[in-house]
Amino acid sequence: MSIYSMWGAFEIGLIFGLVALGVLISFRVLNFPDLTVDGSFPLGGATAAILIHHGTDPFLATGVATLAAGFAGMVTGWLNVRLKIMDLLASILMMIALYSINLRVMDAPNVPLITDPTVFTLLQPASLEDYVARPLILLALVVIVKLLLDWFFATQVGLAMRSTGSNPRMARAQGIRTGNMVLLGMAISNALCGLAGALFAQSQGGADISMGIGTIVIGLAAVIIGESILPSRRLVVATLAVVIGAVLYRFFIALALNADFVGLKAQDLNLVTAVLVTVALVIPLAKQRLRKKKA
Amino acid sequence: MLSAQNLHLTFNPGTPIETQALRGMSLDIPAGQFVTVIGSNGAGKSTFLNAISGEQTVDSGVILIDGEDVTQQPVWNRARKVARVFQDPMAGTCENLTIEENMSLALGRGQFRSLRQAVREEMRVLFRERLAMLGLGLENRLTDRIGLLSGGQRQAVSLLMAALRPSRILLLDEHTAALDPRTAQFVLDLTVRIVAEHGLTTMMVTHSMRQALDVGDRTVMLHQGRVVLDVAGDTRRGLEVPDLLAMFEKVRGEELADDSLLLG
Repeated sequence: MSIYSMWGAFEIGLIFGLVALGVLISFRVLNFPDLTVDGSFPLGGATAAILIHHGTDPFLATGVATLAAGFAGMVTGWLNVRLKIMDLLASILMMIALYSINLRVMDAPNVPLITDPTVFTLLQPASLEDYVARPLILLALVVIVKLLLDWFFATQVGLAMRSTGSNPRMARAQGIRTGNMVLLGMAISNALCGLAGALFAQSQGGADISMGIGTIVIGLAAVIIGESILPSRRLVVATLAVVIGAVLYRFFIALALNADFVGLKAQDLNLVTAVLVTVALVIPLAKQRLRKKKA
Repeated sequence: MLSAQNLHLTFNPGTPIETQALRGMSLDIPAGQFVTVIGSNGAGKSTFLNAISGEQTVDSGVILIDGEDVTQQPVWNRARKVARVFQDPMAGTCENLTIEENMSLALGRGQFRSLRQAVREEMRVLFRERLAMLGLGLENRLTDRIGLLSGGQRQAVSLLMAALRPSRILLLDEHTAALDPRTAQFVLDLTVRIVAEHGLTTMMVTHSMRQALDVGDRTVMLHQGRVVLDVAGDTRRGLEVPDLLAMFEKVRGEELADDSLLLG
């Protein structure tokens, strides 16, 4: 594995760290199995790419992309809370709706961003190579987002959101409008995924209609890997763990694809992901069995 | 303080499993009174409590709390006035949150929640002081997950939580039923203490006739979704469990088949 591909894995890993933080909010904090991610990640990418392509400032474009994805998440929440559609189904509906919306946003299956400015080209110091600068910029951003989330979940609103996911009946008895908490949480979760999509498009040279396929699985993989490495019920630890999980996941993938003797190719990516998630899910069970045998 | 007038509620109307849970239930509780509620299974005790807290919306009738008509208000809105302890110790607290976080949630019951830190130092002082009252050493475990506590401990904390923020009425739904006898007695004693200390208007559902007569100022018996017996003062002081049973039979004119009422 070359230095170049290692920095590349770090870069994409950090982008998916944002997705992992979003998935942590929906799956773990709100207890809402949300597949909207597969649509909100490319929505972020598509929105940012088309805006930048038409000359919008990349920072503004990234901001708009984040808001758009957050709105998409809120619609999923609304389908569930107000229209009483089962959570998983509501998110699947939103996911396929977003496929059409993303095509409309881009007006084409893809929007290249080869020569256009991006947040990375604008922030990159002249002294650093771009493949080093991008991951460092992302690292700073991910740390900021992690700290912001830690702060938020310690506030009264953040605590109300956590109680909504943990025990909605109790939350309502304490006067918390649980429906609104679901809407807000889904908005934040998908906004983070949209931000990740916008950055992904800018780092990988464009948005593509298929860029969202499997995003939720990667996000979940990151959450599960993170939780098995740093098991803790404390949210401050969990937000760190899932980012580490996302970066490690990309390293595993890069290793698997780079190891010539294994014979894996880029098209095997999703299969490798599925196997990795399965392994990460089975490890705790196997550990338990081993411990029982010893005892 | 609380006034329930002619409440009706039917589950699954028009189906073979139709159940008339409340059939003209009326009850007035003046401020500061501690009412115990008994009745056999299916008498409508829990439904009545749920109707007051807002978890069930009644088909007809009016519920006034503190003079305000809350009949159509959702649970979160009534929480300003209603505090509650559930039967299941797991139901009243968030097991993934710490003791102090749970207490902070309860301290904010019915209040506007802002982006201020949820647990602040001055709150910790209050939480420690209240927890110390339990004599369980929980005041030194503020940052422990509440899921680590036993059912009895969690129920005791739930009671403290219900009294953190003033309420117009405190609803206790067989809150000692899921506990072992010793712990149940501990939680009951604690209930009496807290209610007296804060002068809370309280309605406690219990399945023990003994408890219903020993605790509080007034005892109400429900049967088939309405009040069939309502005693207080001297009449109540002179009553024993067999008297209560006899009165119940007299009022209803039928045998009491459910001997679970005799227990405790």
